[in-house]
Amino acid sequence: MSSAETLAPPAGAAASRRTAAARSPYDVEAVRRDFPILSRRVHGKPLVYLDNAATTQKPVPVLDAERDVYERIYANIHRGVHLLSVESTDAYDAVRGKVRALVNAPDAREIIFLRGTTEAVNLVAQTYGRRNVGPGDEVLITALEHHSNIVPWQMLCEEKGATLRVAPINQKGEVPLDTFRALVTDRTKIAAVAHVSNALGTVNPIREMADITHARGIPLLVDGAQAVPRLPVDVQELGCDFYAFSGHKVYGPSGTGVLWGRAALLEAMPPWQGGGDMISSVTFEKTTWNVLPYKFEAGTPNIAGVIALGAAIDYVTSLGLDRIEAHEDDLLAYATECVQSIPDVRLIGTAAKKAAVLSFTIEGVHPHDIGTVLDREGIAVRTGHHCAQPVMDFFRVPATARASFGLYNTRQEVDVLAGGIRQVIRMFR
Amino acid sequence: MSSDLRDLYQETILDHGKRPRNFCELAAANRKAEGYNPLCGDRETVFLELEGDLVRDISFQGAGCAISTASASMMTESLKGKSRPEAEALFQRFHDLITGGSSAPADAPPLGKLEVFSGVREYPVRIKCATLPWHTMRSALNGAGQTVSTESGAEASPKDEPSAGPVPPVAC
Repeated sequence: MSSAETLAPPAGAAASRRTAAARSPYDVEAVRRDFPILSRRVHGKPLVYLDNAATTQKPVPVLDAERDVYERIYANIHRGVHLLSVESTDAYDAVRGKVRALVNAPDAREIIFLRGTTEAVNLVAQTYGRRNVGPGDEVLITALEHHSNIVPWQMLCEEKGATLRVAPINQKGEVPLDTFRALVTDRTKIAAVAHVSNALGTVNPIREMADITHARGIPLLVDGAQAVPRLPVDVQELGCDFYAFSGHKVYGPSGTGVLWGRAALLEAMPPWQGGGDMISSVTFEKTTWNVLPYKFEAGTPNIAGVIALGAAIDYVTSLGLDRIEAHEDDLLAYATECVQSIPDVRLIGTAAKKAAVLSFTIEGVHPHDIGTVLDREGIAVRTGHHCAQPVMDFFRVPATARASFGLYNTRQEVDVLAGGIRQVIRMFR
Repeated sequence: MSSDLRDLYQETILDHGKRPRNFCELAAANRKAEGYNPLCGDRETVFLELEGDLVRDISFQGAGCAISTASASMMTESLKGKSRPEAEALFQRFHDLITGGSSAPADAPPLGKLEVFSGVREYPVRIKCATLPWHTMRSALNGAGQTVSTESGAEASPKDEPSAGPVPPVAC
């Protein structure tokens, strides 16, 4: 442990994960130099990349790590006795330790590598869900979920004759805990909620939600896709039972993702996909499953991608998730102030606790047109329903424009965004 | 506004986008169809009054972006009084205009004002906005009456669901 870490206040695991670098001022210009793509131009203008909730750009250490795997050590993992296989296996499995530390999981065996958050939710729905949810039972989600935390549960409920319950949101885009609590019944078998809403930016009170479901002995799955890249996550502090996130949103490669689950739950769950790596022995009469985490990792995974995800975790950890959070909170507060002051702009999602997402509409202008005009200014925002159609229906809009911030964005880029929005209004009003 | 944006959002398009013509529910309609773009939430209904092969009257309702609203508005103006084959040929010519194709018959009616959509060609992600009303019109014309989706295979929204957006139905 470094001396800087020993000086940290005893505030639990999150504090111990802060690095010495976290004590220096956050140097966003130095951060930007780590991301080659940020220097490109779009339609002759400097790129202003504000679509980080969709996916994030990659820093040089991540690019180098993936290239290095293929140039130096690449072979299949968990198979060969030859040196390359051993080195690849070691590098791949070492990332479990990094993920464990990133989310403060108790045990690296509980870290399962998958393609992304979507696959993680499907895995739990198809294993824990199929085993524990039956006719007349209920699955509880919230009204702000991404489609990936709706559809897998719908499919499960349809198959099992169970009912999907949806905890409503209020006009700010928050999930009131009393209505959430009221929907947890004796029939509820699992609850699944987003840590941070991709469409609204709302940060859900996971600890309180976990307490509510645990009071009835019900596990809570958390979709952490939007949270892991921008705030310190401690699954033990949160008290949830499953936590899922995607590598590509935390500055790592696409096609990598993580499911963390409590070992006791994972042990009791049947495997999901069958194949190589997930077995300990196979005969035509009987196959026995491998131990955790391999039981849930059938087939050759994204080896180089996972190793590069390790580099991404090193990168955000060295910057400090607490400082990334503070930086993005500052950008969000500044952007909210800038955009709110423009007449005819309506913010969608005004929760008291928000992270990095600014969803908005402009009176009389369709988000698609907003997106096209901003694009010509070099500004990349998402327009559409953000894979959260129920959220759009709730706010009675067909779509929104969404600016979402990352660790490399600047206040100056927010100014460019505000200028772009003014131009949209001049053009269409 | 930059000059290339002007090529897309020409004055006529902005005008029709803000003040769409024939934007109402046609009481005498004997054909109608719904169009839906699940990617951006655009939703339009096209109403047709067909007399034999003649488009006697045509209107539309719904909520969409400036491109799709202007396209629907100018389509209704262009098709009033056209025959079914003429409407089909004009669709082909319009489609050629914005995709750079050449499938329209030589005797297709001239595009006239619809030429203002030529700029859409430079914006591939916006082509579906411009063609959605036309595909919807063809569905109504051919009596299929199914919801047209820009995404083949995408689930179209249920018919009885009120269209998202603030536009209440207005009779013509």
